[in-house]
Amino acid sequence: MRHILSLLLENEAGALSRVSGLFSARGYNIESLTVAPTEDPTLSRMTIVTRGSDEIIEQITKQLNKLVDVVKVFDLNEGKHIERELMLVKVRAEGKDREEIKRTADIFRGRIVDVTERTYIIELTGPRDKLDAFLEAIDSTHILETVRTGASGIGRGEWILRV
Amino acid sequence: MRLSGAEITIQCLQEEGVEYVFGYPGGAVLYIYDALFNQDKVKHILVRHEQAAVHAADGYARANGRPGVALVTSGPGVTNAVTGIATAYMDSIPLVIISGQVPVPAIGLDAFQEVDTVGITRPCVKHNFLVKNVADLASTIKKAFYLAASGRPGPVLVDIPKDVSQQIAEFEYPKTLSLRSYNPVTKGHSGQIRKAVQMLMEARRPMIYVGGGAVLGEASDALTHMVRQLGYPCTNTLMGLGAYPGTDPQFLGMLGMHGTYEANLAMQHSDVLLAVGARFDDRVIGNPQHFFTEERRIIHIDIDPSSISKRVRVDVPIVGNISDVLEEMQKLIDASTVQADPVALKAWWTQIGEWRARDCLRYDRANQTVIKPQSVVEKLYEVTRGEAIVTSDVGQHQMWAAQYYKFDKPRRWINSGGLGTMGFGLPAAMGAQLAYPEATVACVTGEASIQMCIQELSTCKQYHLPVKIINLNNRYLGMVRQWQQILHGNRYSESYMDALPDFVKLAESYGHVGMRIDRPADVEPALREAFALKDRVVFMDFQTDQTENVFPMVKAGQGLTEMLLGAEDL
Repeated sequence: MRHILSLLLENEAGALSRVSGLFSARGYNIESLTVAPTEDPTLSRMTIVTRGSDEIIEQITKQLNKLVDVVKVFDLNEGKHIERELMLVKVRAEGKDREEIKRTADIFRGRIVDVTERTYIIELTGPRDKLDAFLEAIDSTHILETVRTGASGIGRGEWILRV
Repeated sequence: MRLSGAEITIQCLQEEGVEYVFGYPGGAVLYIYDALFNQDKVKHILVRHEQAAVHAADGYARANGRPGVALVTSGPGVTNAVTGIATAYMDSIPLVIISGQVPVPAIGLDAFQEVDTVGITRPCVKHNFLVKNVADLASTIKKAFYLAASGRPGPVLVDIPKDVSQQIAEFEYPKTLSLRSYNPVTKGHSGQIRKAVQMLMEARRPMIYVGGGAVLGEASDALTHMVRQLGYPCTNTLMGLGAYPGTDPQFLGMLGMHGTYEANLAMQHSDVLLAVGARFDDRVIGNPQHFFTEERRIIHIDIDPSSISKRVRVDVPIVGNISDVLEEMQKLIDASTVQADPVALKAWWTQIGEWRARDCLRYDRANQTVIKPQSVVEKLYEVTRGEAIVTSDVGQHQMWAAQYYKFDKPRRWINSGGLGTMGFGLPAAMGAQLAYPEATVACVTGEASIQMCIQELSTCKQYHLPVKIINLNNRYLGMVRQWQQILHGNRYSESYMDALPDFVKLAESYGHVGMRIDRPADVEPALREAFALKDRVVFMDFQTDQTENVFPMVKAGQGLTEMLLGAEDL
């Protein structure tokens, strides 16, 4: 099953490689990983999307907690949460396609952030399946490049991950 | 007080009460060696290879429970040390390794003797640090000692660039420290402990399975008291030997791949299993699917939550310091009005007695033509009255030492159980001898393993470390040969070592006493003679039966009870 793990870790050199090294050394899967400093510059917040049976997810959580740089680990799947990902897509936009692509972007609440005579760059945020759906909605021959950040996640309401 | 980084490093070691540093100098640590030269509180032991520095620090730590310290230079100094670090990591041994690094401005430029030490050691340390600012040095070393020794212990490395060891900073050793991201659990959950005790009291076929965590957690006394009071059978893992006394009638011997028949069967057929500081690894329970063909309830006490339900799902997990948890359990047991059903327990012991009657560790004791390796260990046990600190290398001799030397106390059996590092035994013996200068220290080894760190005979000479080397020389990589015989159709691929040295002359050339023992009748007299030479290293080269195998044996991937008991099962 797909799980979204949210981590607070010391914002120190090497912390990211401790986490990624753990996944590769123990053969765990990483679907995506995002990390950036928080409002407290000594801490980083990381979101890892992974897959595994309940036993494997339990081991991943325990092993992450064991890392000295990791302050807290939440499995967002244990509660209601929001998941968002940012995608930038560069598409070929010429002739009659320009209007069609613009319309599709509007339907998905995407924004066109760069325009040339022959291309658009569309910015789109949302849960992973929305981004997937957008890519499916566009004729794949039009897609020149896609860049995705990987998911970031946060618990809803009073479910707060902080030190 | 304003000091250089090098002086700060040595001051910190003094503050931590470090007696010995095992190391080898080199370019990146010259300032640190200079600071070492100017004091006499911390003694330096100059080894002959960095792997041995770490093993010796490890042997010291295993013998007396305090963190061992190693000091190595950058580049090859560190890469040589990695085997030692990984060995300590797998067995959760507290070490602080200080390594030199190229100066900060040179890092990343492929400088002479530069290696990414933090990167290379990351997967085999509990934690590591690169100190880029001399102002952080003292607090980092403080953290390193705290991390190494607390919680589930392990090696911690501090990488110090040469310019940092040269720079000056105000020194004050921090009195306290707090790490928001590291708070090891000590007390076990009281509800879980209550459940565990209730389960133990309801057991009809109980079994207690004790690992290295009980040794590391200084829980031997509490455990022994509890097990004796309960009257339940007990087994130790390879790493747990000595945690429960080896001569106690409730002790069923070691379990696992080369465990006893009775220990493995009792493990398999128990209805309530209490695991204490053990981790159900592949060499202990064999194939987990086979283990689960029998139903049992499992209680697991461990300080490391990630050890619980890793290979085997347990019913009552208890995370905590083992001695604390056992103390809580003892209180409840003392207060309990319920006792285990005496009829069921008696029947269980009768069953165990039948398994024991197989006498699975029997061998050809009467043989007068060729030295049986097991007999050497048995005689070693007699001659040292069971009181020696015994280190070992890895292979058949290790298993025979574990099977035939009965360890009644913890920290007397020192071996590389997790990583299985050949070359560990001799340097570990040096560390143990330094920890206990008056103790009898014996290194049980083989002619292959000993050659992996044989250069340390020189270190033994320099520091007058009178360890006794019991070389079970069968002219084969014995355990490899055994597997090739049993699993690879007698094809002895590269397991025979031609051109062995004359170990007697070799020992003599290092200034030690060498003995060669060929006949069974000479085994005991030779051991007595050797151990009477209290202040000498004696290298005893026993020419043993080349074809002897270690039994019982559970083949890799098989179930715990699918044992080969002897040559007749092959």
